[in-house]
Amino acid sequence: MDIRPILSTLRRHKTASALIVLEIALSCAIVCNALFLIDTRMERMNRDTGLAEDEIVRVNVAGIGTNDNADAAAKTDLAALRAIPGVKYATMTNHVPFDDSSWNSSVSIKPDQQIPSLNVGVYLGDEQLLETFGLKLAAGRDFLPEEYIDMSTIGDDTSIAAAIVTRGMAEKLFPGENAVGKLLHDSWGTDPIKIVGVVDSLIRPNDNEGPVNAQNSMLLPIRPVSGRFAIRTSPERREEVLKAAVATLEKVNRSRIIMDQGAFTDVIDEYYQQDKAMAWLLGAVCVALMIVTALGIVGLASFWVQQRTKQIGVRRALGATRGQILRYFQTENFLLATIGIVLGMLGAFGLNQLLMTHYELPRLPALYLPVGAVALWLLGQIAVYGPAKRAAAVPPAVATRSV
Amino acid sequence: MFANSMYGYYFSLALRSFKRNKVLTALMVLAIALGIGASMTTLTVFHVLSGDPIPHKSDRLFYPRLDPATMTGYQPGQEPESQMTRFDAEALLREKRGDRQALMTAGGVAIEPERNGLNPFVANARYTTADFFPMFDAPFEYGRGWTAEDDKARARVVVISAELNEKLFGGGNSVGKSLRAEQNAFKIIGVLKAWRPSPRFYDLTQSRFGSDEQLFIPFWTSRALDMSPNGNMNCWGSGARDGGEDKEGNYGVNADCAWLQYWVELDSPAKADAYRRYLANYSDQQRAAGRFERPTNIRLDDVMAWLDTNGVVPSDVRLQGWLAFGFLFVCLVNTIGLLLAKFLRRSAEIGVRRALGATRREVFVQYLIEAGVVGLAGGALGIGFALLGLWAVRQQPTDYAELANLDGSMLLAAIAITLFASLLAGLLPAWRACQIAPAIQLKSQ
Repeated sequence: MDIRPILSTLRRHKTASALIVLEIALSCAIVCNALFLIDTRMERMNRDTGLAEDEIVRVNVAGIGTNDNADAAAKTDLAALRAIPGVKYATMTNHVPFDDSSWNSSVSIKPDQQIPSLNVGVYLGDEQLLETFGLKLAAGRDFLPEEYIDMSTIGDDTSIAAAIVTRGMAEKLFPGENAVGKLLHDSWGTDPIKIVGVVDSLIRPNDNEGPVNAQNSMLLPIRPVSGRFAIRTSPERREEVLKAAVATLEKVNRSRIIMDQGAFTDVIDEYYQQDKAMAWLLGAVCVALMIVTALGIVGLASFWVQQRTKQIGVRRALGATRGQILRYFQTENFLLATIGIVLGMLGAFGLNQLLMTHYELPRLPALYLPVGAVALWLLGQIAVYGPAKRAAAVPPAVATRSV
Repeated sequence: MFANSMYGYYFSLALRSFKRNKVLTALMVLAIALGIGASMTTLTVFHVLSGDPIPHKSDRLFYPRLDPATMTGYQPGQEPESQMTRFDAEALLREKRGDRQALMTAGGVAIEPERNGLNPFVANARYTTADFFPMFDAPFEYGRGWTAEDDKARARVVVISAELNEKLFGGGNSVGKSLRAEQNAFKIIGVLKAWRPSPRFYDLTQSRFGSDEQLFIPFWTSRALDMSPNGNMNCWGSGARDGGEDKEGNYGVNADCAWLQYWVELDSPAKADAYRRYLANYSDQQRAAGRFERPTNIRLDDVMAWLDTNGVVPSDVRLQGWLAFGFLFVCLVNTIGLLLAKFLRRSAEIGVRRALGATRREVFVQYLIEAGVVGLAGGALGIGFALLGLWAVRQQPTDYAELANLDGSMLLAAIAITLFASLLAGLLPAWRACQIAPAIQLKSQ
């Protein structure tokens, strides 16, 4: 099909054409970036925590006043929890991930390093910590029973016997090497701590250090006195076990306050609520943008069809088929959409640059551009189909009438 | 008079034109309304979050910072510690160089109510010193705050919030009553009115817009009774320098840990400059004494500067704002296009009017009014959408949710944006309409 007549028509409708092109370009730029943002949020929400997510429940309690024998009390609590039917493992930890608490430490691989190598999240717990979390050892071993110490016994001359790190952290500190047996220098204890094991994955307690540091976590064999209990059971018994655990904890010590209780999956859901809301909002804006753009195309195309009724009649009278008229308007729309999409892609990259500098977003993958382009081409064709169909229905006899 | 009736006539012409194209008009109004609604929702949230929490004196309240950490990890040009060590905070408080000053930290306190049927619960608390209340203009319903003497004497006194007073005693004047917290009896000396600086600028390590603090306890009393503080703590070196001997560990006076907020009131810019010099001097002295290692690196930010440094508006809220205005822009471009199509469709009519003697100006005004009516209808509906949007924001689990309300200034902003947007959208189409030459349109197509 010859596009020259289309171009010459468009040249006479510069303003209207420019508006359509601008609208498509803006939509393309915003939709590409919004889809990318949705995808990054989804990816974040689907991150692996490393824990047996749907088998864990947690109860956080607070005592009233100070307890001089907190270590012993914690052991009594744990013994009572482990006796509950359905409980596979239970531990007192300083925190499960995403639970409004975060212990961190700077670690170095050499003594007296001026700038520490990494900042990492630190998990503490007793003999059942790894089993309760459901962590998988990738190398090395679990802590030995004699390596565990009570938090309250740590003084100026205590040294920590062992550490377990994540594979992500091990690869950052010792790229290409086996981390097991290496030494970590940090502020825990007097001596460097030996890495005895590497787990596949364990997410940090929060995202304050950004997504690239999400796997910087290590475990230490220290029994904390935090009032935060994590319990592992089977997925279908979580509710029952949680209820029994709360009742047991209240029975063992009446003067305590249950602060939080729930399944770990609920903790995760709550942590990501904001991301979820944002993803829905972005999705809604994308849909609204597409609808508004489609309406704009329908409006302008209808106007053009009406304005050119007589011209169409003449073409029909001179032998043009309905299909040719239909395709004329479809091609016109395709041309406008193409210009809009080209400008929109430049806009999408520009917008992405802005987002990268202000919101620490990665670069927009090139894949989004063809997806955005196809979406807007389709949108244009769907929007123009109605007006074009009406144009094709103009009878040749119109040419003979005067307006 | 003539002009008035002419505008009235144009207005009725506009309404007649809408009737002819109901669907198109409705779509234009809807598009503008969605754009305005989305923008106003995000703008209101932004306005609420970036507001001044203490407008009458935010430029007289300052947050001093020192850089007491060791050389490990030192990089020139970086920001100093965001909180203060107990040693420095107590020293500055003792030397009293500001008009008012207070050190503080958040805490969690288990309360055992005496009222029947109420279980023990943990409430958010603030451990602080005497000047806190007059410095931040905390409003008292009953009683008063404590004095510097109470601070020194580690008095077991407490100021409670209106909410806690309601919960524990069913409201009323509770001054003089006793409150059991962490197994100790405190005497209530003051009850606050509802007070909620948003954000809670004086401690940004806590939930910034979340629920209120329920009780206020003298700082040294809280230490004497070993009540647990909440918030962030940054330690360096070996942390508790004499951890073995000091029962308070990281919370001790000599611990190398920053965990306290410190505020000072300085009533004139000259005093602020003098205080800056004082901080620099203090820092130099500490280094000379061997306590500080880093070069002098002090800050003295007022409230708004401190909020800005901490990026109090969540980045998602900014992003939503940009997204909404991008959306509004697309809606406007769309409206311009549709209005243009609508006006030019009536080219013949315009031609006749021009031939019968209407001036370009008259045609321009007529079409601008038609565009304006579309815009205003869209704006009115848009404010409705904004109210709906803000309702949706209030249902969100964020800590600022319940603050998202449209106030007078935002309503005015909404009207201004609507007028501006609708006139902008009408300008180009109306101008094109008035450019139509009379003669051509009278010929057949």
